Amino acid sequence: MNIYLPIAELSVNIFLLLGMGGAVGFLSGMFGVGGGFLMTPLLIFIGVPPMVAVATEANQIVASSVSGVVAHTRRKNVDFKMGSMLLIGGVVGSTGGVWLFSALKELGQIDLVIKLSYVIFLSSVGGLMFVESLRAILRNRSAGGNGVGHKRKDHSGWQHKLPFKMRFRRSKLYISALLPITIGVIVGILSAIMGVGGGFIMVPAMIYLLGMPTSVVVGTSLFQIIFVTANVTILQATTNQTVDVVLALLLLIGGVIGAQFGARAGMKLQGEQLRILLAIMVLGVCIKLAFDLVVTPDDLFNLSTGGGH
Amino acid sequence: MKLRLSLSILMCQIFAFTSPALALNEVVAALDNPLVSIDTGFTGSKVLLFGSREVEGDVVVLVRGPSHTEVVRKQERIFGVWANNDQVSFSDTPSFYNIASSDDVSNLVSASTAQRLELGPEYLNAYLAPESKSISNDTKETFWQALLRNKKNNGLYATKAAKVKFLGKHLFRADFIFPSNIPVGTYLVYVYLIKDKKVINSQITPLYVSKIGVEAAIYDFANRHSFSYGVLAVIIALIAGWTASVVFRKK
Repeated sequence: MNIYLPIAELSVNIFLLLGMGGAVGFLSGMFGVGGGFLMTPLLIFIGVPPMVAVATEANQIVASSVSGVVAHTRRKNVDFKMGSMLLIGGVVGSTGGVWLFSALKELGQIDLVIKLSYVIFLSSVGGLMFVESLRAILRNRSAGGNGVGHKRKDHSGWQHKLPFKMRFRRSKLYISALLPITIGVIVGILSAIMGVGGGFIMVPAMIYLLGMPTSVVVGTSLFQIIFVTANVTILQATTNQTVDVVLALLLLIGGVIGAQFGARAGMKLQGEQLRILLAIMVLGVCIKLAFDLVVTPDDLFNLSTGGGH
Repeated sequence: MKLRLSLSILMCQIFAFTSPALALNEVVAALDNPLVSIDTGFTGSKVLLFGSREVEGDVVVLVRGPSHTEVVRKQERIFGVWANNDQVSFSDTPSFYNIASSDDVSNLVSASTAQRLELGPEYLNAYLAPESKSISNDTKETFWQALLRNKKNNGLYATKAAKVKFLGKHLFRADFIFPSNIPVGTYLVYVYLIKDKKVINSQITPLYVSKIGVEAAIYDFANRHSFSYGVLAVIIALIAGWTASVVFRKK
C-alpha cells in the first residue's frame, strides 16, 4: 500500500516507512541512542530529498526526546540549569545552522554538505565505538572481566580558567557557562544541517569536557534536544517548507513501538557486543554514503526546478 | 505561457478566417477526465484523450505542463567527491512534456513547422534565463541536452511519441501516462490535424493536475502559513511523544 507524501512529493510504501521507523526505533531503544543519524541517511537512500529528510527527522526527534525526558524527569535525572545553558547555545547554533542550510540550498550544494557531514560524523563515531568496544571485549577476555578504574575529575585543565563561572547543583559542578553554551552552539548547527538530535556528540562532551555525572547526562541532553529540534522544525518549515508531517508521523508510530521492544532486547545482550553491532551498522551506512559520493554518477548533470513562469 | 496560449488562440482565429470550409476541417477532442487528482494513494495516472476529425489527416497531440525555470548543474570531481559546479538556468521550460502522433512527426511536417510548434522534446526551444545569458552556444547545447536527458529519465518528457490510434474514419484516441512525480498546475493539451505537411486545424484543451483532499490541505498549509505549520508540527510531535511515554509507562 503506497502513500503519497505531500511535502516530499513522493509515493512510498507505507509499511516500508513503518518498518524503518520500527527498526531504527528498536535500535535506539536497544542502544539508548536517538536514531536520527541512522534515519536521515535511510530516508535519503529510499529517495526522500535530503532537505526534506533532515527537516522531517528533526520533527520526529522532538517526539522521541519528549517520551525520554518524561521518564528521566520522574527520576530527577535532568539538570535544568545546565540544560538551559546548552539550550541558549543550541538555539543560536540551530538558527545559524538553518540560515547556513538555506544559503547552501541557493548555491546548489546542500545535498553534498548533508552527505559529507554524515560521512565525517558516522565514520568518526562508528570508528571510535568499534575500536573502544573491541578493546573492552578483548580486555574482558584477558583480565576475566575486572573493571578499569575511572580517572579522577581533572580540575586544573584549561576549561576551568574560563570566565562567567556558574554553579550547577544537580551536576555538582562549578564551571564557566561558556562551556555548555559552546557545546550547545556546535550541536545546534549539526541539528539544523543533519537532522539529528546531536546526542552522540553532546553526551561524550558533557561527560569528558564538562565532567558531568553520567546519571544526569542523558536526561539533560534530551531536555536540550527537544527545544533545539523544535526550533529547527519551525525554522525549516518557515524558510524552506521541507517538513513533511505525514512522513514524520509514520516514522514516529514505528519508532515508538520499536523502541519499546528494543529496550527489552537490549537488557538481554551484553554491552560491548551491543556496541560493536551498532558500530558496524553505523560504519555500513557511512560506507554506502561515501561510496555514492565518490563513484562516478550515471549522469554528470542534474536538474532542479526553480520557481517562476 | 500566457504568450504561447494567446498566440495559439490567435492562430486558431487565423485558421478560422482563412479556411472557408472550417466545419469540414474541424478537429475536436476531449479528455476522459480533465482533472488528475493527487490524493494519498496516488501512484501515477493514465489520461485518455478522445477526438474526432472531419477530414482525413494525421493527428498530433501534445501535453505541456506549466513552465518553470530549470537549473541544470554539472558535477565535477573535487577532492575525490562529485560536487555540483557549473550551472545554467533555462527559463520557460515545460515541467512536463508528452507527445502522441499518428505518424513520425518528421514525415508529417517540415522541420521549421515542427520547431515552431515544438512537436517533440527535440524540437523544444531553449530559452536562457537572464543570469545565464553570457554562456557560449556549445555550453548551452550541452546543458540543454542534459536537461532533456534528465527530464526523460524522470519520466517527465516523452522518450518517444506515443501512438494516436484511429478508430474508424473519424474517431481517434491517445493514451498518456502521468508518473507519480508529475508537477501540479494547469496543463495544456494541443491537438493538431495535419494534412499535406500543413496544420489545417487545431484545438487546445486545459488539463488540471492538482493535489486534493488531505494532501492538498497539508501542502497548502505548509506553503501559505509556514510558521503556523511548523508550530503545529512541533505540537503534534510533543503530544505524540508524551502519549507514548504514558502508554508504555506501566509495562
